[in-house]
This record gives sequence, structure tokens and C-alpha cells, in this order.
Amino acid sequence: MEEPVIFTENLTKTFGRFTAVNKISFSVYPGEIFGFLGANGAGKTTALRMLSGLLKPSSGIAQVAGVDVMRQPEQVKRRIGYMSQKFSLYEDLTIRENIRFYGGVYGLKRAVVKQKTSELIDKLELGAHVDQLVRSLPLGWRQKLALSVAMLHEPRIVFLDEPTSGVDPLTRRQFWDLIYEAAHQGVTLMVTTHYMEEAEYCKRISMMVDGKIEALDTPGQLKKQFNAESMDEVFRKLARG
Amino acid sequence: MNRFRAFIIKEFRHILRDPRTLLILFGMPVAQVLLFGFVLTNEIKNAAIAVYDPASDAESIELTQKMASSGYFRIERTLQTVQELEPAFRQGKIKLALVFPPNFGQRLNHEGRTQVQLIGDASDPNTATTLINYASSIVQDFQRKRRGSEASQPYRVDVESRMLYNPEMKAVYAFVPGVMTLILMLISAMMTSITIAKEKEMGTMEVLLVSPLKPIQIILGKTTPYLALSFVNAIIVVLIGVFVFGMPMMGSIGLLALETTLYMFVALSLGILISTRAADQQTALFMSGLGLLMPTMLLSGFIFPRESMPYVLQLVGNIIPATWFNQIIKSIMIKGVGISYLYIQTAVLLGMAVVFLALSMRNFKDRL
Amino acid sequence: MQAIEVQQITKSYGDLKALDELTFSVASGELFGLIGPDGAGKTSLLRILATLIVPDKGSARIQQHDVVGDYKYLRNILGYMPGRFSLYQDLSIEENLAFFASVFGTSIADNYHLIQDIYVQLEPFRKRRAGALSGGMKQKLALCCALIHKPEVLLLDEPGTGVDPVSRKEFWDMLKRLKEWGITILVSTPNMDEAELCDRVGLLHKGKLLALDTPANIRNSYDKPLYEVRSQDMYRLIGDLRQMPGAYSCYAFGEYAHLTLLHPIDGAEITILQYLESRQHRDMEVRATRAGVEDCFIASTLDQ
Repeated sequence: MEEPVIFTENLTKTFGRFTAVNKISFSVYPGEIFGFLGANGAGKTTALRMLSGLLKPSSGIAQVAGVDVMRQPEQVKRRIGYMSQKFSLYEDLTIRENIRFYGGVYGLKRAVVKQKTSELIDKLELGAHVDQLVRSLPLGWRQKLALSVAMLHEPRIVFLDEPTSGVDPLTRRQFWDLIYEAAHQGVTLMVTTHYMEEAEYCKRISMMVDGKIEALDTPGQLKKQFNAESMDEVFRKLARG
Repeated sequence: MNRFRAFIIKEFRHILRDPRTLLILFGMPVAQVLLFGFVLTNEIKNAAIAVYDPASDAESIELTQKMASSGYFRIERTLQTVQELEPAFRQGKIKLALVFPPNFGQRLNHEGRTQVQLIGDASDPNTATTLINYASSIVQDFQRKRRGSEASQPYRVDVESRMLYNPEMKAVYAFVPGVMTLILMLISAMMTSITIAKEKEMGTMEVLLVSPLKPIQIILGKTTPYLALSFVNAIIVVLIGVFVFGMPMMGSIGLLALETTLYMFVALSLGILISTRAADQQTALFMSGLGLLMPTMLLSGFIFPRESMPYVLQLVGNIIPATWFNQIIKSIMIKGVGISYLYIQTAVLLGMAVVFLALSMRNFKDRL
Repeated sequence: MQAIEVQQITKSYGDLKALDELTFSVASGELFGLIGPDGAGKTSLLRILATLIVPDKGSARIQQHDVVGDYKYLRNILGYMPGRFSLYQDLSIEENLAFFASVFGTSIADNYHLIQDIYVQLEPFRKRRAGALSGGMKQKLALCCALIHKPEVLLLDEPGTGVDPVSRKEFWDMLKRLKEWGITILVSTPNMDEAELCDRVGLLHKGKLLALDTPANIRNSYDKPLYEVRSQDMYRLIGDLRQMPGAYSCYAFGEYAHLTLLHPIDGAEITILQYLESRQHRDMEVRATRAGVEDCFIASTLDQ
């Protein structure tokens, strides 16, 4: 089997007496679309913050893109990308300005940013709009742009936070086309959401309940295991215990 | 009536459960009054003074030394001519000047009566007044001692004090009315605008609007508690002014209460007016801070005396409710005047209340 | 009798047309779902019906009363739950409920029968502040508050947002039970799956209705053959199927790709399998399937 790109063993985070993340262990492999699910307060966000180097784990091991999260959190941040539906791009900047800004944040050379900008704009067919404010773009375009910008520095892992909640079905499909494409190119995508209709698109899904991973498998296997028709039902059965 | 009561109860719960609101409502007024009061009195330790003593006789030197050894004053300069006085003040080197007449000791001994002049820098009126008060009491003391030693002769030293830059003398408690106008503005206007904006921001206004409540009921429900709390605050400020800082209460308490209520209505309607424009708490805070509190502090005569303001700013000051209310409190508390002397100020406030209340009622939409 | 009648309602914000000549009606006692993505115009429509905003054009009547002219009367008979949680976070469950009851001139006791089912779940926590509740509990409390005056028409704007699947299911069960009291319910949601839980739905997109019917009729209106297909590589699968001769469209649907054909083909499954085999796919699965509301929504947006 391939080397995992995300690897955790007994990863734990406590805040005082409260254990937010309780000994979670899992591996994610290159090119995988991994769904990281759980209700609000299940520990999802805390786990994610540890994996992205923002929060120091209390105990356990976490390696992301070959880097130890505990020892080199700054290295982790360089190797991951992040996109959320709620916030990703500055709406009061143009497409070009947004790309330039993110290029700068990740320390890309000017020439590289320039080349990436034209590549990206060709791919998304945004040529005529490059100097338009992001605010004026349709939601679907904005999302695609946001994902591309999150991948500007060629990260091996991209975290997606509720990437398509509330989006119309067609735009959602078009967005997933992009995600599949990135995965096909070997990028690992970790999708966090509490919308099950988003989760079903992932290749494997982990479900967190009260700080623990209570289930981890493909959506199909999970449905079989819980004798459920939909992921919603899987979630309900899991939550009831 | 039941609806109204429920609304008020709810509003009080909000207030009581939010430590920040409580702090602003009760911590701030007390802290502000005490701070203003004590900062002013604390400043007066080793204040730099200048002495112009053309007499240079035993008596004048004695008085000068008494000043220097009191602990309040430090002789920064000894002036040779009166002309040096102005530059010394202008450079901010001295806060007070002690000016003797050429024949100070002579007149004191022969006529039993002489003069000394105290000149204060009233661009900082509170400090100046305090310094003059201290200096005067030292002079009194000097006088009494001399009388004691030669009991037969009734010596008298007249103190003539003069305020530079701010001829209208202000007392040490001059800040009390100012703080009161500010605090009432803060609570009545800022807090009401914020509390209404909060309902909008949280989305609860939507639910209130889609109910049989009338806009006036919503407004009254939101403002009544703050009106009551403002009034409590006004009482606290007056009490501290009177009992901690020795401010007089010459006039009618009832009249003061009525005028205060009037001013609170003006402030309140301004608050509602702001809330009709502000969609969230931040905007409300910004608008009331910039539009109400700043002018109240800077232009109403609270910090800077209106007399020393450029004419245009004085005019601008006229449209600020605090300017008028400031005059009212001072007149009632210090001069003890009755309503007959306050017709103009009262009428102006009344007019403002009517205009702003009408405007805010008109602008308060019962839709989104 | 119609409880809600919407006639050619138009509402614009600047250049953006939030609602574009929308016409539909909801029968008395019906559970009507307004289904559409963010920005489709759901909130604008609900706010117009809740008498909170005025339409630019068109008219709407609730229980025979105009939402613009008779808004004061309507505010007595409407129950409204806005999109975001809009109760007082610093008041307890009980205090919130009591407050809204008195705002409507009633009391918790008067209409307790209406909220009883829901409130029993909240009652153990009635002293807890609303801000400290989970998403699901907040939503139940908001529903109680909207029901406490026994409204004739209930308007719910995205009650399922931010709520976990367990609570969401419970919430819908409650709405079903409310129907028994004869309350007309209009509920909006971006979740296509929830269409099935309504008596009738309107699919809203860019201020226009794509479809207006019962969920079953909408599903049956899908007039092209639909297949669900999977293989080991979703990215290539979708790309290849879109290029397959006779394919109309292909989109990911969870673990499967939904392939729509232009026309029925005899032995379509075999044809598809053979096509995929020629493209080196592995672990394939092909099955004819019935269209869901989401397929219909996509098809309608493609047609536009």
C-alpha cells in the first residue's frame, strides 16, 4: 500500500478536563477524497485545526504530508491548502488581485504567480472577467476560483470546509467535477461537512461522535453496515448509539 | 399592558445578564466622575508657579516661602518684570503666578491691609481653580498667623485672583455637570441605539415585527428600562458631585429632575433615530460615538470652555443638546436659579425632543 | 380553499431580480415546500409573505388578506421563523417562550396542546439559556415560539440549516403532526431530499419556479432514461460517460454517476458496460434508476 499522506495515531486534544478529540487514528492516502463528518461539537474542527498546524495536539501522533504536526507546524501550513464556502476570497478584490494576494501569502515568485494566473484563467475560462471584483461573479464561478486559488501553491492536501452547502445542484456537480479532477491528479482532499448530501461524494468517510471516530468506511459499506438507505440514516443510527 | 410588562421584564433580563452592559451602565458613570475628580486634585502637587515680587520685603518673602513649603507649589521662576508673565504661561512652564504690589509689606504694616494677585492658567480651568483655591487658603493662613502675633492690628490681605484665557471662573466641580450630560447621552442614546440594533442583528426584530406589537410598543419597551436606569445614574452622579466633591445644590431638586428627564428624552430619541439607520450594533456604536458622544465631549463646554472656542464651533455647539443641558444643571445647582431663568434652554431642549422624537417615529419602519 | 395565493410577485435588489413574476398558491392545511439553492429567492418570498418587505410588483394574499394592505391583521395569524436563529440567546427556553406568548397576548398554558409534543423534549432544560442549546434544540424552541399563538399559517425559512440529521428528521416529523391541527405550512429548504416530505413543492431557481407539483409528479415528469453507474475512477467515469454516444448528461450523485440518455436504447445497461470496458474502467456497476427531485432540478436548470 502507498504511504499515507495524512496519518494519525491516538491523536488527542484536551481543553482542561474536556476531551475534544479522543485518541483518533486514521490514514488518508494520496488522491483520496476523504469525508470528515460529525455534528457540531463532535470535535471535527479541533481535529482539523491540529492537522493544519494551528493547534498543538495534547498527545498522539499526527503526520501531514510527511511532516510531524507537533514538531513542525509551520511546515504543515505550507503543504496544505484550505477552502471554505463561507470565506475564501476577498469579495472586494478582483480575480487577479486575489490570485496575486494568495501567491504572495505562500511566497510564490512573481513570475510564477503570473504564469499560474494565466493558466488558471484559461482553465476556468474567466479571461474576460479577470479584472472584475469577485463580488460580481456568480456563486458557481467563485467556488471554482476559490478551489483553484487554494491549490495555487500546489499543496498535496486541500481541506474543504462545507464546500457546496446551499449551492444549486448543477453548480454542486460542476464543483465536484473539479474536486474529482484534483484527486485524479494525486491531490488529497479532505472534506469536512455536516451535510450528508455532501458527504456521499467522498470516497471514504469518517464519522466523529463525541470526540471519537465511530465509523470509517466507504459510503456504500457504511450504508450496508448500518442497514441504512442514506448517509443521513447512517448518521442518525450512529448518533443514537 | 401585559405585553408591555413582558417586554420590560425581558429587557431588564438582557441588561442584568450582560456584564458589559452592566459595567457601562453602572461602572462607567461612577468611574468617570471619580476619575475626573481625583485626577484633577492629584495633579496639584508641586505645581510650578512664578513669583513677581517688586516689593521684596520681609512680608512678601515670608508669604512666598510659605507657598513654597506648602508642598503644593514649587517656585519655578522669579520674574523681573510683569512682561515675563505672559510668555511663561504660554510656554506652559507655570500654572499659577503670584504677583505682589511694590509696597506689599509697607501697606500691610501701616494700613493693615494690602493685596496680592493670583493669576491662574484657566485654559485648564479645573486645575486653575483648584490651584487658586489652595493659594488663597495659604494667603488666609498667612493673614491669620500675623493677626495672631499682633492681635491688636487687624491685618487684611485681599486676594485678587484672575483667570487667564477663561475669564468665567469655574469651580473644581465644574466637571460634574459635564460628566452628567455625557453619561446620560451615553446611556440614553448609545445604549438604546445599540440595544435596538442588536435585535436587528440577531434577527429577533424580524420576529417582533411579524407580531401584533406596534412600533411604538417596541420602542417604548426597549427604551423605558434605559430611561429608568439613566435616571438612577443621574442621581448617582449628582450625589457623588455633592458629597464627594462638595458641589453645591442651590436650586430645586424637583426642577433638576424634570430638566434631566427632558434631556433624557432628547438623548433617547436621538438613540432611536440612530437605530432606525443602523443595521447592526457596530454601526450603531460608531454612529452614536461619532455623532453624539464626540460633539458632547468636545463642543458642549465639558472639556473645552465654549468661551474660548471659535465662533463657528460655538454655533455648532448650539445644536448639541448637551450644551443647553450643561447650562441648565450649572444654573440650577450652582446659581440656584428657578425655571424663570431657564426658559430659553428648556424651550430649546423641548423643541429638540419633539423634532427628534417625531423624526425617529417616522423613520422607525414596521417592515424590514 | 387557498391559504396562500401569490400572484406575479416580483422583487429586485438593484440589478438583481430576486423574484421574477412568481405565481403559485398553497391550499389550506397543506405542507408546501419551497425548494431551491441559496440565492434562489426563498428568503425574499418568505419575507414578503411575512409582511416584512413589500414586493415591487404583483400581490400576495394569505387567508384572503393582502400582505401589503392588511399586514397588521396578518401579523396576528402568522407564525414566522426566520432563516437564522432569532430568539434571545441570553434568555432561557422558558423565558423566550413566555415572552413570545405575551407578545401575542396569549400564554404558554393557552396553547400548550400545540407545542406539547415538541416542548416535552425541551422541558428538562427549560432553565437553560437559548444560546447554550444545540442547533436542533434551538430550532425546536424557535418552532415552539412561532406556534405559541396558534397561527393559521406557519412560514418557516430554512429550518433545517445548521441542524444535525437526527434533529432534522424530528423536525419534519413535528411538521407532519402540526398538519393535524389544520395549520398551513410553507417551509423553505435548499435540501432537495426534503422535497419528498412535503405535500407539494415548488422548485425555485433564480427567482423563478422550475416546477410546481407533488414530489411524485415532479419525479415522474423526468422523461429521459436514467442510469446510475459507478467504476473505480469517478473522474474518468464522468468524463467518458459524457462523451458516450447517445448520452444527454452525466453528473455525480454521491457514489454513483447519474447518466441520462437522449433516447431509450434496448439493452442500455450492456451498451454502457461495453463502452466503459473499452475505456479501461474496472469494478463497474450499471443500473436503471428512477429520477429524484434533484435530477429534475438539474434537468430544468440545464434546459434554461
